[in-house]
Amino acid sequence: MKKFLSLAMAAMMAVSMTACGSSSAPKDASSDAADKTSTEASSDATFKIGGIGPITGGAAVYGLGVMNGAQLAVDEINAAGGINGYQVEFNFQDDEHDAEKSVNAYNALKDWGMQALMGTVTSTPCIAVADKTAADNMFQITPSGSAVPCIANDNAFRVCFSDPDQGAASAKYIGENKLATKVAVIYDSSDVYSSGIYEKFASEAANQGIEIVAAEAFTADSKTDFSVQLQKAKSAGAEMVFLPIYYTEASLILAQAATLDFAPTFFGCDGLDGILNVEKFDTSLAEGVMLLTPFAADSQDELTQKFVSAYKTAYNETPNQFAADAYDAIYAIKAAMEDGAVTPDMSVSDICDAMKASMVKISVDGLTGLGMTWNESGEPSKQPKAVKIVNGAYTAM
Amino acid sequence: MTFISYLINGISLGSVYAIIALGYTMVYGIAKMLNFAHGDIIMVGGFAVFLSVNSLGLPPLVGVLIAVIVCTALGVTIERVAYRSLRGASPLAVLITAIGVSYLLQNLALLLFGANTKSFSSVVTVPAIKLAEGQLTISGETIVTILSCVVIMIGLTTFIRKTKAGQAMLAVSEDRGAATLMGINVNGTIALTFAIGSALAAVAGVLLCSAYPSLTPYTGAMPGIKAFVAAVFGGIGSIPGAMIGGILLGIIENLSKAYISSQMADAIVFGVLIIVLLVRPTGILGKKIHEKV
Repeated sequence: MKKFLSLAMAAMMAVSMTACGSSSAPKDASSDAADKTSTEASSDATFKIGGIGPITGGAAVYGLGVMNGAQLAVDEINAAGGINGYQVEFNFQDDEHDAEKSVNAYNALKDWGMQALMGTVTSTPCIAVADKTAADNMFQITPSGSAVPCIANDNAFRVCFSDPDQGAASAKYIGENKLATKVAVIYDSSDVYSSGIYEKFASEAANQGIEIVAAEAFTADSKTDFSVQLQKAKSAGAEMVFLPIYYTEASLILAQAATLDFAPTFFGCDGLDGILNVEKFDTSLAEGVMLLTPFAADSQDELTQKFVSAYKTAYNETPNQFAADAYDAIYAIKAAMEDGAVTPDMSVSDICDAMKASMVKISVDGLTGLGMTWNESGEPSKQPKAVKIVNGAYTAM
Repeated sequence: MTFISYLINGISLGSVYAIIALGYTMVYGIAKMLNFAHGDIIMVGGFAVFLSVNSLGLPPLVGVLIAVIVCTALGVTIERVAYRSLRGASPLAVLITAIGVSYLLQNLALLLFGANTKSFSSVVTVPAIKLAEGQLTISGETIVTILSCVVIMIGLTTFIRKTKAGQAMLAVSEDRGAATLMGINVNGTIALTFAIGSALAAVAGVLLCSAYPSLTPYTGAMPGIKAFVAAVFGGIGSIPGAMIGGILLGIIENLSKAYISSQMADAIVFGVLIIVLLVRPTGILGKKIHEKV
């Protein structure tokens, strides 16, 4: 009887292994589970890194990019011998871009035994989770949580630019490249990300000789009809519309601008990243849209090329900047863990203290910037880049 | 010229609210219940058209027809399964059930279609009208929405005035007990009301998604609430009231966005609602309710 049972188990294992080879999505889950059992069996300690982000919901494009990008980095690191000689386990939980669900996901990961958090992906949930990680003294690095309070605590760092930095960088970019002088802004006043960028953009625009001819807001409760905002921008004679918002609303704005016969240049931040992935979206509407993003998949440098081809093989799509941010975040964790010489048997709090001290010393050559460094407050230091959508694809500017 | 453009966009938005509000107000008038799942039936209508037109490649009119059939069937089923057994229960129990049905539909859609935004390509083929040397553009969607709203409103009023089924609806809304005594099939009449309301929701879904081309499982939620406000604004239970309420709401929303503050638009809309209800507690065209002692 026992023999029969073990045979059945072996058969099931074999089935799950073949399943691994056939498709990419279930692969992570089953290989994760397999890793777990094998490592537990050999009693060899591993680093447990958790990830949180929306893999369903309106911001799913970001979360999926982060999950896949981070998994790719973890697989590479494991194949190359792990961190400080220990293998890494990665567990990613969905939060649907919802603060409450994000905190639940954090608690679930803590139960799993997480030692460092790579997340969360979006700002509002990130702020909620940041309070919890600070209370637990858990090391946190967010790939893309760009609101200022995301890294208010000294245990938290980020890979992307902060909202104010994005706003200021956008104004500078527009001013220095003389893209436009009359700019209208449409932003979401109920969202910290959007209003944060807008405020800094407005103050920097004055220094750059940019005139903001219309500053129109919308809120989460009325984000389908933008005809009034666009009409006001059009009447004010805007040459450019700055959209510090997410791609779902931006896709509507582009469609409605087309029906109004209003064709300014649209300029956005990293939130617009993903607009080309909206199902059934007419990408010709996005032609000529510019966005400030630290990563362009068509960059010719070796690191980007290698990452893009590995990502395409694994997930069958072109990575966005969120995937790149997450990839860099995992390598930043690796660099900090190596610099701090942490081991998996240390407590969460000790690991965090060691990594905190190391983060300000390390320099990471990542996809989103060469020689990235971090300061005490957790902000990265790197050069901004912009891309333009040409023929339905990002092109470096 | 820009004022006219704001006004027309407001009427267009208001027409969508009005069509949704008609469904709310009919069900309230006849079944005396607030069907909070109404907004989500709009979403189902949107998905029915999205799948048949954008994915299966059927012609737009066939897609709209499919959406109407799907929504009508869904509305009648919901009434039969969830609401009919609660006919004698307290209004609060029915209200909670309706909210439950609303969440059920949203989450079913989430499960079936995923939460990613789908870009809805418009089913309207009417070209845009350009007036005053291109300064004023009226989109085809706007024209179709406003026309549909007027046609539906006239059709519905005629139906209620001239047909037996319509008269039965009036009778049930006046006094359900007396209507039963007169030999009217109350359950059948209420089912018919749900069928019509849901068919209207399908039309509203198509128009909403054509004008604002993004579709998620939550697409119907906010327009549903706004339309409910429109129905109360115009006088819940009254068909012309729903129409006037919807269009006024759309105009107020757009003009306050344009001339007061785009951030405060919703606050202003709901502020106007409070003032109207203070002055006329039953809404603009609502009937006075005499309390029976």
